[in-house]
Amino acid sequence: MAPILETKNLTMDFGGLRAVDNINFQVNEGEIVALIGPNGAGKTTFFNCITGVYKPTGGDIYIAPEGEKTERINGLKPNVVTEKGLARTFQNIRLFQNMTVLENVMIGRHCRLSAGLLGAIFRTKATVAEEKKVVDDSYEILEEIGLTDYANEFAKNLPYGAQRRLEIARAMATDPFLLLLDEPAAGMNPQETKELDEMILHIRKNNKISILLIEHDMSLVMSVSEKIFVVDYGKLIAEGTPDEIKKNPEVIKAYLGDETDA
Amino acid sequence: MSNLMKYFSLKEIKKSLVMTLWFMILTFPIMVIKVNTIENTVIWRWGYLAVIAVGSFILSTLWRYMMERKSLQAGNESKISLQQKLRELGEKNPRLKRGALAAVIVLVVAYPFATSMYQTGIMTTALMYVVLGLGLNIVVGLGGLLHLGYAAFYAVGAYTYALLHVHFGIGFWVSLPIGAGLATILGILIAIPVLRLRGDYLAIVTLGFGEIVRIILENWNDFSFGPSGIANIPRPTLFGIHFKLQQASVFIYFIMVALVVFTIFIVRRLENSRMGRAWIAMREDEIASQSMGINITKTKVMTFAIGAFWAGMIGVVFAAKTTFINPASFTLWESVIILCIVVIGGMGSIFGVVVGAGILILLPEYLRAFSQYRMLLFGAILVLMMVFRPGGIVTNVRKVYRIDKDKTGEAE
Amino acid sequence: MDLSYFFELFLGGMTRGSIYALIALGYTMVYGIIKLINFAHGEIYMIGAFTALIISSVLGFTGMNSILILVISGVLAIFFSAAYGATMEKIAYKPLRQAPRLSALISAIGMSMFLQNYVLLAQTPDFLPFPALIPDFKFLKPIEKILSSTQLVILVTTAVVMILLTILIKFTRTGKAMRATSQDAKMAQLLGININRVITITFIIGSATAAIGGVLISSHTGQLNYYIGFIAGIKAFVAAVLGGIGSIPGAVLGSFVLGWTESFGTGYVSSDYEDVFAFIFLLIILIFRPSGILGRSQNDKV
Repeated sequence: MAPILETKNLTMDFGGLRAVDNINFQVNEGEIVALIGPNGAGKTTFFNCITGVYKPTGGDIYIAPEGEKTERINGLKPNVVTEKGLARTFQNIRLFQNMTVLENVMIGRHCRLSAGLLGAIFRTKATVAEEKKVVDDSYEILEEIGLTDYANEFAKNLPYGAQRRLEIARAMATDPFLLLLDEPAAGMNPQETKELDEMILHIRKNNKISILLIEHDMSLVMSVSEKIFVVDYGKLIAEGTPDEIKKNPEVIKAYLGDETDA
Repeated sequence: MSNLMKYFSLKEIKKSLVMTLWFMILTFPIMVIKVNTIENTVIWRWGYLAVIAVGSFILSTLWRYMMERKSLQAGNESKISLQQKLRELGEKNPRLKRGALAAVIVLVVAYPFATSMYQTGIMTTALMYVVLGLGLNIVVGLGGLLHLGYAAFYAVGAYTYALLHVHFGIGFWVSLPIGAGLATILGILIAIPVLRLRGDYLAIVTLGFGEIVRIILENWNDFSFGPSGIANIPRPTLFGIHFKLQQASVFIYFIMVALVVFTIFIVRRLENSRMGRAWIAMREDEIASQSMGINITKTKVMTFAIGAFWAGMIGVVFAAKTTFINPASFTLWESVIILCIVVIGGMGSIFGVVVGAGILILLPEYLRAFSQYRMLLFGAILVLMMVFRPGGIVTNVRKVYRIDKDKTGEAE
Repeated sequence: MDLSYFFELFLGGMTRGSIYALIALGYTMVYGIIKLINFAHGEIYMIGAFTALIISSVLGFTGMNSILILVISGVLAIFFSAAYGATMEKIAYKPLRQAPRLSALISAIGMSMFLQNYVLLAQTPDFLPFPALIPDFKFLKPIEKILSSTQLVILVTTAVVMILLTILIKFTRTGKAMRATSQDAKMAQLLGININRVITITFIIGSATAAIGGVLISSHTGQLNYYIGFIAGIKAFVAAVLGGIGSIPGAVLGSFVLGWTESFGTGYVSSDYEDVFAFIFLLIILIFRPSGILGRSQNDKV
């Protein structure tokens, strides 16, 4: 079976700087895959290439959602990529601060809805039904993530950990087959990280979606992911199971080198 | 709460005195000296210096007090907005709400009959600005796109009616949708090239666009009759009945009342729809909203087009009301005044725009003594508003959804 | 084609360009450091010109030597413009450093309106004649039609200001602090650079060069009113964007390009649409090369 996400020789240059260098990478259905590497290794750039924020300068990105044909998604706009079923979160939280928590999730549903201008003005039956459904669906997602208490709060008033979870809830609302989490544990304490751990596993089980996460925090990565890719200076230096990665000398070197300035 | 008494301490007075001295020096050449270049004499206006001294002493103390209050409040955002209070009051006392609504209706209907034609005219102008404000609010308040060329769309509406009348003898009612439609089309046309621009560039380009439209109207004599404008534009008729001046002004007033109701109705529905949410998400974070599946291009074009629609419509009414138009009515400052209405009233809030238009258009009319200082005060208010109350007078409130497990209801 | 007419337009465009450059520097420096379009910058230029007019008229009545008057009123114009610039920053922009960009922009528009109407009310809405302070150089007599004395003074002054500014930014401590702040304000602060001071200095320098521009252009055109800042400010901004906002050589280059475009445009095409050229130019540049001629492209960090 084809991997649901695959990159072949993916490359991204900024002027003279090669941030992503010929990366070959796969996620299979139902997997939790992690992409790790020292700061500035090109992880987020890799993410941005996949999600359409940047247009890669070389290589190919293919997706193959369950039961559908393989499709090349290089250079598609972020909103189109999201429509195809890849949803992401942001490392530096980017919620819609002055919208309520529920509305943030409702925005996630946007691309799965069809109500237009005239529907909104005349409140047609279809629009009213759709609006009702979107509220219900969004609320359900909040229940799953455990944010119902905050439903009508402004996003900016949430505690930090809840904001991180809302990012995930919002991404899930887009009905993805693959969820891309950019450093979801950044800034969390060990207790919160542990909860996040459980949440990620729960999301996969409950929604049958695959997860790709970028992490700096090794403990989270080691406990949840089945497969790990390690990048350094834009290059893929290792891939394998958590146990294999732990023992890999290249990885140890990359991380020890990082430790001196960490 | 900070202690106001503190500001009478020696240290604080000293601070204020330093600021006073600074402003006295700063304003000296422009405030005190006035040169008469024809008679070659100099007028020294020392009285102004005294005014500046007293004024800046008081204001600098007040400024520091307000700044401190602002930084104290930064932590707790428990401010309940005016709109929320009114809404809660209405929910608790449905009779009061109905009573208030009835009172407003009676007032609105009785107004032109109870007051003079002049007063009716002013109120009509205020209502026009309500609609203009609501239109611009879609672009600036909801979409977060700073648009400084809004008056150009207003001009399109006005010239549409004037030119259609001059060349084809087409009347007000037919021109109304055509003017709005042409403005919408122009909105789409201008939106497409400027889509890629970031916020501050967008402001300048829309400003430039507004100026280009005005300069063209001023110079292209064959098309627009140049700076002298177009006169004798007919007032609206009702089923072919022509009104006398007095009746016509009342009639236009009621047309405007109807248009305000129409606009509020539409904007309210849009604001809480799928579209409206996309606009706000775009305002909050363009990149995140795009990553959540919102088509930014489409959304931007939509806000520009819908915003332009109202300006075009009111342009037609403007031409019919004043019966004379020229390019001087559609300068950048016109756009800025409409922006002020949106900002001062409260960005994103319908009620805020109504309040903003009321304050900005009616107050200067009734405080004639101040009308000279109107633009000066507007400028100062814009700055102060951004510094101390960026949300405007009426802070916008988002819709509260109430969810019962089996029944989803909406509450407003 | 008439060659002397061509040169007249060429030098005319260069003179315009010089003035735009003096104003554009303020825009580009402020933008480089706090990423704000200072809408009120044109007003600072206008206030500089007005101050010079007032001071020189007062001194003129005393019968002072005109060169001395020029120097004194020029220095005072620079002082007052700089003072207005710094004060404006403290009132309208400093409290908004953390606020969304839209707020700061609106505040800037408010400041612009305020200053314009302040001068309008305190002085006059009419045009005032600006005294002729720059003497006619004898050696320019033969080519007077192509290059006037005032134009020469403008060109030379602009060149001197540019050189001084380059030295300041390249070689002094302050200049280094400014460059560091524009690269990464947070990092600069961590390294012990006083950001507030850097910003104030930026406003002071930008305002001072604008004042020089204001004095020069008023001596050139011989008149001014409260509104001159607005249109000149917009055009200088166009020039700054044209060259790549944030880049100082870019601002100068953009200013000359705009000056020539306008000069040749009005000279050979039509003078009615003088102001339209600038805006159309801006639109084209922003659509096809949003980062300007010498600017670096800026990507929002995701």
